[in-house]
Amino acid sequence: MTARDDVLAAVRRGLGRGAVSDAVAAELTARVATHRRNLIPARAAALEPAARLRLFVDMAEAVQTTVARVSDAGDVPGEVARYLAAENLPAELAMAPDPALDALPWDARPLLRIRRGKSSPEDAVSLTPCLAAVAETGTLMLMSGERTPTTLNFLPDTHIVVVRSGQVVATYEDGWDLLRARGALPRTVNFITGPSRTGDIEQRIELGAHGPRRLHVILIDDGASEADGER
Amino acid sequence: MEATSHTFAGNARAGLANPVLRRALDMAGAGFPARRAEAIARLPEFDALRDEGKAIKDHTIGHLDFYLELYERQVTAAGGVVHWAPDAAAARAAVLGICRSVGAKTVTKGKSMVAEEIALNEHLEANGITPVETDLGEYIIQLRHEPPSHIIAPAIHLMKEQVEATFRAAHTALDPARPLAEAPLLCGEARAVLRPQFLTADVGITGANFLVAETGSSIIVTNEGNGDLTQTLPKVHIVITSIEKVVPTLEDAATLLRLLARSATGQEFSSYTTMSTGPRRPGDLDGPEQYHVVLVDNGRTALLGGEFQDMLRCLRCAACLNHCPVYTAVGGHAYGWVYPGPMGAVLTPALIGLDEAGDLPNASSFCGRCESVCPVRIPLPKMMRHWRERQFALRKAPAAYRYGLGLWAWVAQRPALYHALVEAKARLLGRLGRRRGRFRTMPLAGEWTRVRDMPAPEGRSFHALWAERGRARR
Ligand code: SF4
Repeated sequence: MTARDDVLAAVRRGLGRGAVSDAVAAELTARVATHRRNLIPARAAALEPAARLRLFVDMAEAVQTTVARVSDAGDVPGEVARYLAAENLPAELAMAPDPALDALPWDARPLLRIRRGKSSPEDAVSLTPCLAAVAETGTLMLMSGERTPTTLNFLPDTHIVVVRSGQVVATYEDGWDLLRARGALPRTVNFITGPSRTGDIEQRIELGAHGPRRLHVILIDDGASEADGER
Repeated sequence: MEATSHTFAGNARAGLANPVLRRALDMAGAGFPARRAEAIARLPEFDALRDEGKAIKDHTIGHLDFYLELYERQVTAAGGVVHWAPDAAAARAAVLGICRSVGAKTVTKGKSMVAEEIALNEHLEANGITPVETDLGEYIIQLRHEPPSHIIAPAIHLMKEQVEATFRAAHTALDPARPLAEAPLLCGEARAVLRPQFLTADVGITGANFLVAETGSSIIVTNEGNGDLTQTLPKVHIVITSIEKVVPTLEDAATLLRLLARSATGQEFSSYTTMSTGPRRPGDLDGPEQYHVVLVDNGRTALLGGEFQDMLRCLRCAACLNHCPVYTAVGGHAYGWVYPGPMGAVLTPALIGLDEAGDLPNASSFCGRCESVCPVRIPLPKMMRHWRERQFALRKAPAAYRYGLGLWAWVAQRPALYHALVEAKARLLGRLGRRRGRFRTMPLAGEWTRVRDMPAPEGRSFHALWAERGRARR
């Protein structure tokens, strides 16, 4: 017997039965395939898009994420420059090699030095897109991929994330649906709720334990809401 | 680690006499419950979510073989490898084998209670591989060669002065005159010291809070981001986890995630919830080239079908520790092994035996707070009682306790005698204790009153007062 057989046999012995019958297996397979939602808290699910956006901002700010709202994608480079100057950070970025970010009018900010690719240990600031933002808890949902290396989310001291208002969904489950709609899962999905923190010394919360000390969201409030009218 | 659960009484006494521990536990005992209560007050559906969380775990445990096989198929389909480990030795061997296959010299580690349970660090060190704990609390206790004293806040027994002394002793390359007295300085130093370790480690080991059968994913929940650096930077990611962590779908994981952070730290959601599925994909710019899962049984299947099966629902949130009057008085080290508090009092005898851990189920006041806060409604007091019954049946209870209980049972079966004795005792104690209202010592109960005061009875027994009221009402 292999170790695998040992463990599975011990499970069945404990449960007092053999392998599950075909009928039960079919039921369980259907349960997984339909992946029905469990109870969804009303907090976010019941909201109209504008209120959902407000909830996202409130919840994000409650966990020390900073949020700047711009009305047009074209304003993003200016907001990046403003934020870096205000925080006394160098005008240098490691940016995800993402076509949507590339398409922004960076030319208008010639003083910003931008490197595209994964993060290296010297990077002080990163800029990434996200897959979605979850209003329920002010959570950003990012995934790994050719255009979105994961190291950008964790190595630099400051992480800036561009969110379009249409990407703000109500719940984690809405995020799962977006993920499934894309086909095969990426290697990693990061749900990020505020900057890195620890309470390991005397229960006092300190920001920037190992990941970013600052998490800044630039919210493009373009009035669009992709998730509108779906449910 | 070497268990010292059999000396619980002595361990607990040492804990009660330790002033640093007292201060540290007072801070923790107030903070966690208050933050949990606030978070729950903000989510009206919390109790309903607890029912669903319990149902999800019960359903999964009832079909554990099916979901484990599905999970394994999905991990494999995503390019990962599952290693089954019936016991601790097999789990250690599996991890060591993977490390050796890539010639690993150092491994970084995220916090994992299963790794503590199988004493992984000792095994790696004995085989020439250096494990580096990266969770701040775990790093501190690794430097001090101590076991964790809490399942989510492993260094909760320390104050910042101890951490400072530990860092000064360990980080000898740094300027001895540097200021280091405050928590932000300590956190900054740990960050700076550990950063190169993340970048150079050959293997990263994390635990898992959940495994998703539907997708073959492992989910970890952290606040520091250390788990993410641990699993993203090295060539190899090993997930060390146990079989009861599996859930059917992403939706089921979402429900349990809503319970976990609120119950644990009182956060709405932890900073980082990370779902990993296999190694890096073609075209990915970073991430590990290999993804392994070591799936540990180590005594869990023995709980199936018996009176302790409910324990397999445990999310390791630590709410039962934070709300336990015994844990918050004696601290985690008193429990003598990996899992302390009420969940440890139930789990430890199951995993390392009643001979070693028989005292733990007795370390309870049966106040029921643990069960009342458990996010998956585990009947912890009932299960502690089951252990006591087993211990009694096996004649493993202390002799004085057995004879005392026998005598009490004999008297209790004779109501007239019982009432007379209780009434007499209540009157006597009431008279003796009238002035102070409590006793500092009691004959035959010296152990008990050494660390507590016994309140003096009001002078009448409950039965007598009840009977009197009944007469008055009629
Ligand atoms: S027994 Fe319940 S309260 Fe205790 S750690 Fe487990 S899930 Fe949390």
